[in-house]
Amino acid sequence: MSATMPEKGKMAQLVDWIDARFPMTRFMKEHASEYYAPKNFNFWYYFGSLALVVLVLQIVTGIFLTMNYKPSAADAFASVEYIMRDVEWGWLIRYMHSTGASAFFIVVYLHMFRGLMYGSYKNPRELVWIFGMLIYLCLMAEAFFGYLLPWGNMSYWGAQVIVSLFGAIPGIGESLVEWIRGDYYISDITLNRFFALHVIALPLALVFLVIAHIFALHEVGSNNPDGIEIKKLKGPDGHPVDGIPFHPYYTVKDLVGFIVFAMVFALVLFFAPEMGGYFLEHANFDPANPLQTPEHIAPVWYFTPFYAILRAVPNKLMGVALMGAAVVLFVFLPWLDRSKVKSIRYRGWLFRSFLGAFAVSFIALGYLGLMPATPTYTLAARFFGVIYFAFFLLMPWYTRIDQTKPVPERVTYHAH
Amino acid sequence: MPTEHLAEAMMKKSFHKLVLGVVGLSALAWSAVGAAAEGHNSALQLARNDVANIASLQRGARNFVNYCSGCHSAKYVRYSRLAEDLELSEKQVTDNLMFVGERIHDTIKIGMKPEDASHWFGTTPPDLSLIARSRGADYIYSFLKSFYLDPSRPTGTNNLILPGTAMPHVLWELQGLQRAVYDGESDAEHNTVHKKFKEFELAKQGSLSPQEYDQFVRDTVNFLDYIAEPMQLERRNLGMRVLAFLIVFFLFAHFLKKEFWKDVK
Repeated sequence: MSATMPEKGKMAQLVDWIDARFPMTRFMKEHASEYYAPKNFNFWYYFGSLALVVLVLQIVTGIFLTMNYKPSAADAFASVEYIMRDVEWGWLIRYMHSTGASAFFIVVYLHMFRGLMYGSYKNPRELVWIFGMLIYLCLMAEAFFGYLLPWGNMSYWGAQVIVSLFGAIPGIGESLVEWIRGDYYISDITLNRFFALHVIALPLALVFLVIAHIFALHEVGSNNPDGIEIKKLKGPDGHPVDGIPFHPYYTVKDLVGFIVFAMVFALVLFFAPEMGGYFLEHANFDPANPLQTPEHIAPVWYFTPFYAILRAVPNKLMGVALMGAAVVLFVFLPWLDRSKVKSIRYRGWLFRSFLGAFAVSFIALGYLGLMPATPTYTLAARFFGVIYFAFFLLMPWYTRIDQTKPVPERVTYHAH
Repeated sequence: MPTEHLAEAMMKKSFHKLVLGVVGLSALAWSAVGAAAEGHNSALQLARNDVANIASLQRGARNFVNYCSGCHSAKYVRYSRLAEDLELSEKQVTDNLMFVGERIHDTIKIGMKPEDASHWFGTTPPDLSLIARSRGADYIYSFLKSFYLDPSRPTGTNNLILPGTAMPHVLWELQGLQRAVYDGESDAEHNTVHKKFKEFELAKQGSLSPQEYDQFVRDTVNFLDYIAEPMQLERRNLGMRVLAFLIVFFLFAHFLKKEFWKDVK
């Protein structure tokens, strides 16, 4: 500590001074040192804090990229190469941002799957779940707008394909597409407005929604792998007997999780930043060319489950509607699920089978969305698409008749 | 109670099975994607280049300047960066790699106007700064080795990897000229012959032996691979150091966590 640091007494005085004017200490207590989280969190509970870490990473790297990126059709591609070659550490910041985009989706998908397994969307956490889904929708928009910015040929044609989907809406479709692009084709104007949405509008919405997500969570308390409400059983001190303060217990635990995540992240960033063409697509190293389509247009991997559903439907409008439904249906889970228990640990084989089949079909659809639409693949996409929707639409039925097991009073925890 | 423990253990087991199943299936899907991606390029020969080989990069730079940069620019690549990364002095670069009138901090541009190029070749020769990232080193290696005589083409040659290419076989004096040999299968019913490419045979000797030509192409591809991502060696190098740091950091964090969690019963 340097000599300029105030004495401990002075420091405490300063804290008092601030607390009289701003609820700093109260805030720290409510959300960290006296926020009681269940002690039985497992592997799946790292991904919430990791999602927050990746959000911060994307915002910080994004700020530095914006300092050298030029949002114009004439300069965008060259400015990215300028960042990669001539800006000090530019390549590192750019790869952190491009790897971070895929990492964000991996982390968020695992975080969402955790919610499905342990019934974290169920009463009283419906709003936590809905805020989470809104975050996911914003994230998809954020990723889509950001993908146009390098102005590579896949950026260009990917945006062309996805924006044209709105043209399927009867009546207003074509004018809507023109309104989104601001032009008759994807152009400099489109790039400029996507840049505005990517660097300010959506990040702002994301940050506010993340705050709402965490506030709602801290209001009701965290769920856990047993799906037990720990607040029901409080000790003489008024704190849940199965709860532990988030800080320091989960801050130190999440730190370990973060380091493991950082290792995997570093392996990709430093040794395979293109990830075989799945994180950075080969065709995107050719500049945007309105006259030449890439050999095979596919969205980045995190959109492909929905893209596969879109392609599996012969009618364009129906395809777009089903693709939208595949995303939006998650919002209704709290009301589709009629089970008395939350966690998969105490659910019967029906729910387990449906959830397992859903996970498999999500991955299978993701794979099929990357592949060319051959007749066999389209048939497979239809098959897995039906399973995907069955998980949601049959849920009121199978969760009601599923044989559940009795839920214990206390959470399952073995001290290490 | 033992029965409860048993039930719990069984539940845990089936849960683990679910997790294992999902992880296993993802791995399967991933490997299938990988296999499909590889299968797509199965016709290509492997470049087997090594961007850490500075001598090869220097030869590649010489080849590029002598044979490519008449028509192809590398407009994101600076000569000064080449000097630094290829361990050449500025004077060596100025004397051997640059055209008269260019300065050390310039990028590799060409004198040919795009309109002239379109007029002469029917297309503009692409900039090669990123060609190794958009097409892959193996693709370029195979491309440069797959020119063959085809009198129906205006350039007199065609290419097996990119049929109908506008690019003439600029390296013909080095490689010589090769003929494509096909396994013919006559299809009397349709009055045609199904041709399946078998091999190339040299029709006219070049100034290099086949081995020397392979090395020439490999060096050139190596250079193109390097200019596509000049920081790639630095990237791996830094990666090792970051991982080493994270391993140490992990140990500290792990024991810190253990210490705190001792009181959680």
